[in-house]
Amino acid sequence: MNTPVDAGLVRQATEIQDKKARYSAGVLKYRQMGYWDADYVPKDTDTICLFRITPQEGVDPVEAAAAVAGESSTATWTVVWTDRLTACDSYRAKAYKVEPVPGRPGEFFAWVAYDIILFEEGSIANMTASLIGNVFSFKPLKAARLEDIRIPVAYVKTFKGPPTGLVVERERLDKFGRPLLGATTKPKLGLSGRNYGRVIYEGLKGGLDFMKDDENINSQPFMHWRDRFLYVMDGVNKASAATGEVKGSYLNVTAGTMEAIYERAEFAKSLGSVVIMIDLIVGWPCIQSLGEWCRRNDMILHLHRAGHGTYTRQKNHGVSFRVIAKWLRLAGVDHMHTGTAVGKLEGDPMTVQGYYNVCRDSYTKQDLPRGLFFDQDWCDMKKVMPVASGGIHAGQMHQLLHLFGDDVILQFGGGTIGHPAGIQAGGVANRVALEAMVKARNEGKDIVNEGPDILRQAARFCTPLKQALDTWGEISFNYTSTDTSDFAATPAVSN
Amino acid sequence: MMTNPTGRVTQGQFSFLPDLSDAEITAQIEYGLKKGYAWSVEYTDDPHPRNTYWEMYGMPMFDLADAAGVLQEMNACRKTFPQHYIRLMAFDSTRGIESIAMCFIVNRPAVEPGFGLVRQEAEGRTMRYTVHSYATDRPEAERYAP
Repeated sequence: MNTPVDAGLVRQATEIQDKKARYSAGVLKYRQMGYWDADYVPKDTDTICLFRITPQEGVDPVEAAAAVAGESSTATWTVVWTDRLTACDSYRAKAYKVEPVPGRPGEFFAWVAYDIILFEEGSIANMTASLIGNVFSFKPLKAARLEDIRIPVAYVKTFKGPPTGLVVERERLDKFGRPLLGATTKPKLGLSGRNYGRVIYEGLKGGLDFMKDDENINSQPFMHWRDRFLYVMDGVNKASAATGEVKGSYLNVTAGTMEAIYERAEFAKSLGSVVIMIDLIVGWPCIQSLGEWCRRNDMILHLHRAGHGTYTRQKNHGVSFRVIAKWLRLAGVDHMHTGTAVGKLEGDPMTVQGYYNVCRDSYTKQDLPRGLFFDQDWCDMKKVMPVASGGIHAGQMHQLLHLFGDDVILQFGGGTIGHPAGIQAGGVANRVALEAMVKARNEGKDIVNEGPDILRQAARFCTPLKQALDTWGEISFNYTSTDTSDFAATPAVSN
Repeated sequence: MMTNPTGRVTQGQFSFLPDLSDAEITAQIEYGLKKGYAWSVEYTDDPHPRNTYWEMYGMPMFDLADAAGVLQEMNACRKTFPQHYIRLMAFDSTRGIESIAMCFIVNRPAVEPGFGLVRQEAEGRTMRYTVHSYATDRPEAERYAP
């Protein structure tokens, strides 16, 4: 890609070879301790991380990269003789390449490799405790961001991944060849169980496949969770009978304790729900445990990425969502929210497509404009169904289908429930728009350019779609994304 | 008579659109063939949402690359079972998919009786639900007699 920051610096930056000098008490530079090796060739079994680092004034980038490798593996701030009791070189992460970020003065990409012995098998919690543990608070760095990760096949195979996977989900739901449709029940807060179930029934009968609890619907004073589950499942089953289709509603089982989460999941199962839901903020062990529970109980697991924006959105600090998406696929969820590109929430289209690829690929290829720095072999791990949710409507159907293809759940919350003729009409509008667009695409039409026309033609036989287009046709959220690829503007760099 | 907005069973890719003409069906078949899928015709007189195995009208047409041939099979099935539900299905044998890639209904009975919801009150306020196919109140093969 780019040239190294400073060839002279790189040459000097080697480990001290004399053991006595290396282990005398005191403070050494990280690169002298063995955390920098410009000649290192990562092994197939290594985990490779790409960090974006912003060193403090006066800290040279190679030393900063070595420090990241050190602080995310074995180093402490001073030399310790107890290192010599161990095969310490295995445990040291190796920074091996540093490059300036194109167009971002002061920022550098640092490649760091980790030996497979560093991570407990089947534990995202353990991997994250190293890779995004202390290192992000390290003073010599102004900011740090984990941009991407290559997880070795050997470590991937220690995880079971999604309990159901998108292929089997489609078989269970008997729905093929088109995106699935969903809606989040609104208002998010305040509806009683009985009123809530009404929204579920109307949306599903209107033509949606799924309805959804919102991330912060748990068991508040206005609606006890059992009440919600009971009324929702009445709506789901009634809509199934009315349409002859399998229907579902993501029952959010997020609660204060693991015991309460299991209790809610068991109740959802006893009522015949096909799907339950959890929020990202519950943490990795909880997500992995619930994935196991779902595998035992024929349940689809929907994950809402509540909270991710606190650490994924800013370009210079945090963890990219593409890394979170990779961890979630390993941890074992069937659905995950991955952004809409055209809706109300953050997301540059190419970057968002990168997240979709991580969910659905059998083998993810390096793709710099989409923010993917590494090839990633998923070794037949089941695929996650990505979910596009937040400020999208029927008038954008051609863009959504073009950007994301068939294997996605399009969630139109406001775009269903806010329909001027009612919730069922909102469901009809979305389903007709979707089916008309899929049909046109399959017929070979150029949906990106002819999309609005295809929708207008469908609106001639479908009044609810006409009303939806009249209400929202012109709505768009054109704000500049904060998290964009550094390579999109200069494609030459990627060659 | 079904009461959903379409008045009919809404399974498959295109149930919310006006019935596809043979020319429109041919375009869909061609799309699937271009993707390397194998088409298949299936029929049933019980469209219960969890009735997975409709009857196969012959084997999947693995080696048929001509849309007209698929359409011919479909029309033969329509002729034999004019009052049944008939669907076209496309199979994708790609490693990691190995499942159905397209599916849409191409024939329906003149009247679609739909389904009832049977509720069984269980402990507490729990309900056990059964979706009941009205068509199955009559024996197989006599369900949609005019």
